[in-house]
Amino acid sequence: MSDTTQSGPVLAADGTPLKRSLHRALRIQKLRALMLIAPLLAFVLLTFIVPIGQMLFRSVENDIVANTLPKTVIALQDWDAASGQAPDEAVFAALAADLYVASNEKTHTRVGSRLNYETPGISSLFRKAGRKAKKWDVENDGPFKEQFIKIDDGWADPDVWRTIQTYSPKYTNGYFLNAADMQKGADGAEIRPESERIYITLFKRTLIMSLIITGACIVLAYPVAWILANLPSAKANLLMILVLLPFWTSLLVRTSAWKVMLQQQGVINDTLVWLGLVADDARLVMINNQLGTIIAMTHILLPFMILPMYSVMQTINPSYLRAAKSMGATNWTAFWRVYFPLSVPGIGAGSILVFILAIGYYITPELVGGTKGVFISNRIAFHISTSLNWGLAAALGTILLAVVLILYWAYDKIVGIDNVKLG
Amino acid sequence: MADADTSNAFVEFERVQKSYDGETLVVKDLNLTMPKGEFLTMLGPSGSGKTTCLMMLAGFETATHGDIRLGGTSINNIPPHKRGIGMVFQNYALFPHMTIAENLSFPLEVRKLGKSEREAKVKRALDMVEMGAFGGRRPAQLSGGQQQRVALARALVFEPELVLMDEPLGALDKQLREKMQFEITNLAHELGITTVYVTHDQTEALTMSDRVAVFDDGRIQQLDPPDTLYEEPKNSFVAQFIGENNTLEGVVKEINNGLALVQLDDGELIDCQPVHESVKPGARTRVSIRPERVEYNKDRLKEGVHTLKAEVKEFIYMGDIFRTRLNVAGNDEFIIKTRNAPDVDRLQPGQQIEIGWLPEDCRALDA
Repeated sequence: MSDTTQSGPVLAADGTPLKRSLHRALRIQKLRALMLIAPLLAFVLLTFIVPIGQMLFRSVENDIVANTLPKTVIALQDWDAASGQAPDEAVFAALAADLYVASNEKTHTRVGSRLNYETPGISSLFRKAGRKAKKWDVENDGPFKEQFIKIDDGWADPDVWRTIQTYSPKYTNGYFLNAADMQKGADGAEIRPESERIYITLFKRTLIMSLIITGACIVLAYPVAWILANLPSAKANLLMILVLLPFWTSLLVRTSAWKVMLQQQGVINDTLVWLGLVADDARLVMINNQLGTIIAMTHILLPFMILPMYSVMQTINPSYLRAAKSMGATNWTAFWRVYFPLSVPGIGAGSILVFILAIGYYITPELVGGTKGVFISNRIAFHISTSLNWGLAAALGTILLAVVLILYWAYDKIVGIDNVKLG
Repeated sequence: MADADTSNAFVEFERVQKSYDGETLVVKDLNLTMPKGEFLTMLGPSGSGKTTCLMMLAGFETATHGDIRLGGTSINNIPPHKRGIGMVFQNYALFPHMTIAENLSFPLEVRKLGKSEREAKVKRALDMVEMGAFGGRRPAQLSGGQQQRVALARALVFEPELVLMDEPLGALDKQLREKMQFEITNLAHELGITTVYVTHDQTEALTMSDRVAVFDDGRIQQLDPPDTLYEEPKNSFVAQFIGENNTLEGVVKEINNGLALVQLDDGELIDCQPVHESVKPGARTRVSIRPERVEYNKDRLKEGVHTLKAEVKEFIYMGDIFRTRLNVAGNDEFIIKTRNAPDVDRLQPGQQIEIGWLPEDCRALDA
């Protein structure tokens, strides 16, 4: 049947194409396999994919303005922001009608806070106007323009209206512009004034410090992994416990321990002063700055570098080194030309692991980073829990995710992802 | 080629001992002298110390006591990379991240040879093992036999005078192994290289070597050319380990005219060669006879030799030979081998026969 001279598709014994036959034969097996992983699939979908998707979506979602102020949004369409004048009575009447509904549903403060992210001060305009609008008779109490301006002369400011107009579409790139230290000016996107730029610096700092931490981990982990891989297994297991020991201690405890070690009245400074290496009034500043973050995070992430390196080094047959030496290579040449290239997959795996963990790290920079040593994730946490600007937090998170994916892709292009062995 | 001749010694072990843990000796007292150009095999069961000896020679293990000399100079304190010894490893140890040509080029690069010279030598070495077309491949893309050839070429490419091989054919199938045995021996003799070969396969040892050192319990039990080793084993271990062997146990009655009269445990008497020093009247001994030297056809037995009664237990047809298991003097693992020739009877299980042999073929060894 599967004669090589046959030109058409290969046929099974009953004349159906072999591919279809095979597919049918495997279908039951595939279904059964799917059933087996269905709970896991549902779990991953519900707890991982859906929340991440929602988070990504939040970074562009902006339906609050259009939903709360539907009439105003429509009325504002014809207003020309470049005119430098507040809009006319029709828009104010629409706003009064919208606010009447919104203030009775108590949603007007939410719009206020949303728009306040973009133009500070709008929040209080909405709060004050909402209080009055609750009691208005929308049909008969007009005209409203003077009344609004009487409540707060902010309503006469064309900038306020431009903000409402700019953020009236259901989707916005405003959060992303914000996350990239930009804003929507009168002529579209523009860079924020220097004093207001913060995120680009934070992103850069996060990347650079993560790279430094990854580098420090490589340097420290390589010899440890080498020793582990070359000791007899009884001793290696004992040492392995020491490597894993930090995993059994709370992250907070470990980070706090670094505080005790590194602070100016801490163990290291005290010892240095006692030894006379450092003057008492010139104690080293090793914490609440970038150095503190780098030291503490290198320590915390070190096992993630050691373990993949160890698992790769274990597979390197010692006879490779012997072969190299028997051929006349010195210890160093044998290591550099033979052992090191074979251990690169371990370095790659460890580096990816440590780098990705480091770039999103939160607790340690928060505790020992001070102001100079915090990461972008600390800012994201701030927007999630303190400023409640979830859209901006989502945009920052999305950018972080994109950066990681781009770096991963670049790593694949340069080193090759098949060169990574995680175990 | 005799042991005592140290004038043209190339490799020498003198009173070498090795211990890993400080409590037991893995190599107990090794004395060995090899002339240049010899192919010597270290043969022994696992744990007999043969690989340790090879590793000491290569420099990967240090001798606990004694002296190892290469070309007259002691190499105890010379690191492996300065010894200039080629080595073929059990698993080939080809560097997986380099191509075949790069693998071969490696020993030349560390010797700082120029590019054109390197290329010429690599090509010559690959051609020598008929792998010239595979220079650009990676080791993982080659079959076991091809990797074996490359490993051999890599050990030879820098033209060492001494090559060590650690069970290099262990991972190959039987047919390929036999082919490679032949090729390695030919190559070694052609190039005039001194070779130390470690194996636990006695066939390999017998077919390839100029001399075989049989290791057991950290000592060389016997060091002789293959034919001597097979035909004149000096003790029971060698007799058992090399080839198939029948043993009968008994007590030495007397020694007359260079022949020992041994009374087997069931009372029968046989004539033997007294070989081992422990064979004295009154001492227990173990008598060794090769299966193919046993004769049961009365016409072919010499006049006057002692014969023993035997019962056929099992007859196995093996094509070129017949292998018959007998019960002789209480030992029912007694094997005889007969050539499959037209005039040879096929024995039937249960058949009673008489067997005999020449006294020279029957060796009285240590008990």
